[in-house]
Amino acid sequence: MPNKTFFWFFLPTGLAMILFIGLPIISTGIQSFYAQHDQVVKEVKKCDPFGCTVSIVVDQEKTSKIREEKPLGKFNGFGTYVDRNHLAVEEIGNFWNETNSFGEFVDQVTNLPFYKALIFTLTYCLFVTPNVLLLGFIIALSLNAVTRRIRGPLIFGTILPMIVTPLVGSLVLFWMIDAEGIIGANLQMLMDDPYLSLKSSKTLTWITIIIYGIWHHSPFAFVVFYAALQTVPQEPVEAAIIDGASRWQRVRHIVLPHIYPVVTFVALISLMDNFRVFEPIIGFSAEGSAQSLSWLIYDNLVNEEVILFGSAAATSMMTIVGIAILLAPVLIRTWKEFRTAR
Amino acid sequence: MEYGLDKRSNALKIFNTTFIIVWLLVACFPFIWTFWGSFKVRADFFSRADWWYAITAFNTLLETGGKFTTDAYSQAWTEGEFWKASRNTVIVTFFVVTISLFLGTLGAYALSRSTRNYAFWILIAALIFRAMPHITLVSGYLFPFFQLQIWGILPTTIVVLVAINQPFTLWLLYSFFKTVPKELDESALIDGCSYFQAFRHIIMPVMWPGVITAGLFSLMLAYNDFTVTALLLNQENHTMVPKIQSYLGTNQHEGNLMWAVSAVVSATAPLFMLVMFFQRQVISGLTAGAVKG
Repeated sequence: MPNKTFFWFFLPTGLAMILFIGLPIISTGIQSFYAQHDQVVKEVKKCDPFGCTVSIVVDQEKTSKIREEKPLGKFNGFGTYVDRNHLAVEEIGNFWNETNSFGEFVDQVTNLPFYKALIFTLTYCLFVTPNVLLLGFIIALSLNAVTRRIRGPLIFGTILPMIVTPLVGSLVLFWMIDAEGIIGANLQMLMDDPYLSLKSSKTLTWITIIIYGIWHHSPFAFVVFYAALQTVPQEPVEAAIIDGASRWQRVRHIVLPHIYPVVTFVALISLMDNFRVFEPIIGFSAEGSAQSLSWLIYDNLVNEEVILFGSAAATSMMTIVGIAILLAPVLIRTWKEFRTAR
Repeated sequence: MEYGLDKRSNALKIFNTTFIIVWLLVACFPFIWTFWGSFKVRADFFSRADWWYAITAFNTLLETGGKFTTDAYSQAWTEGEFWKASRNTVIVTFFVVTISLFLGTLGAYALSRSTRNYAFWILIAALIFRAMPHITLVSGYLFPFFQLQIWGILPTTIVVLVAINQPFTLWLLYSFFKTVPKELDESALIDGCSYFQAFRHIIMPVMWPGVITAGLFSLMLAYNDFTVTALLLNQENHTMVPKIQSYLGTNQHEGNLMWAVSAVVSATAPLFMLVMFFQRQVISGLTAGAVKG
């Protein structure tokens, strides 16, 4: 296709992506260097028969004037990045000097908002992704063994958790797990502890969200693995059976190598999706004990008094860096393949 | 696996069947339970006394005189203004799907027929864009949108959702276009068609399965979106998913939980019907990128 034709065909979608994905990333970058204005204060002298007092009040007029003049805020450089709510460089330095043991130091650092969120996000990725691959693969293997006639409805039932939006999916589970719901009430009875509640314990909340993640993402892994299983050639499998290979050996040495490229694809996609975990935290009302990077950004953006653009943007930029690190191995590999293919 | 030579042991068969039944229960029961519970009153579905009330409908019987009630639905749809939210969802979904498909088919066709290097790099860039968490993009939008005074209205959200959706649509349609033989449009070009005519009259008619699949995914994205719609739309223009969240209540005001339950069922039912109808296309779409590429 000539360049000119390509240009006209690609222009609309290219423009949409540049304007609404490319530019916002740049806009986020710029915003992250600005912070909202401080409120202008003035001293007010108030006199009454008993004497004069000086109090400090916010000068609303001046404050709103400054905000109007420079809506982006004041230039802050990397200030937002290193403040207490983000990388907290200074605080970490202090903790390092003040704490006696390494354990205590780690404890202090993981209580800082950004690190807390980072640790939850990484834990979530770390537990959900492998389990999704495993469960998806097992479901695919066992559905593949079922009579072809009833597979359709079974597949429909299997993919339900995936097609609902995460907020709805987590709500539906939350209403059951809640102390007043069917599972929660039965757990209380089983454990003989009337105060057992998933909300009350941090560990239990994390486990719930991770289980939700596996429940929500496994169907995707299943669908891809199931399709890949249909393409496994029959001859080597039959040869292996004649040679006396056990079922496990067949899966291990024939099926798995065949679908290996698909496994990396699913791992990559679910890693990307898990890294942006956010809606389940709202669905499970777990803000208290589980915060993710995306949730931090959301929280800044729905701030009641003044939207913390700078703070949200700084967290966003660091999230993007995190995504870049996750994607780097894949991109490097693709580039190498591309170079050798030329 | 159904291999002719393979004699399946009975133990394995039983294990397999049990596993599938357990998994299906895990996957489907929450939805069945929520559907069932949406016809009860709050005191039954969220019972402090005994969860069994949700089945026997003890309080529902007391409060409404029947075992099932549709109060939650009628209240959420009228008083809760869920009708408005669903109307907004229909508008957003319709335009997002139409525009996405229009832009996506043009772009993906060009990518699939180009042999240059830049086509490869564009696809890689699209992959990187696909990885961006939506909330980071939203944090980039908010400030300029406030300044331009286009925040809160449906058209802005539609355009944003179309753009966010483009990388995935491009990849999906690209892999479908690749399966259409090049000779088809080349012969049309030799006969004197322009590229656009070949695209319009020769390629598009054989592309319907791919277009339907891409359309379904755009639809699910627009229909299911929470991040963009919750932050870019004002209260008045909220679509279904942010509306459901608003029923949950916050620290400041108490929500109406049964409204949320019935709204969840109302929002999920059409989606399930659609997927039931188009199951084949959904699955082919999910696997297109993985198996063929």
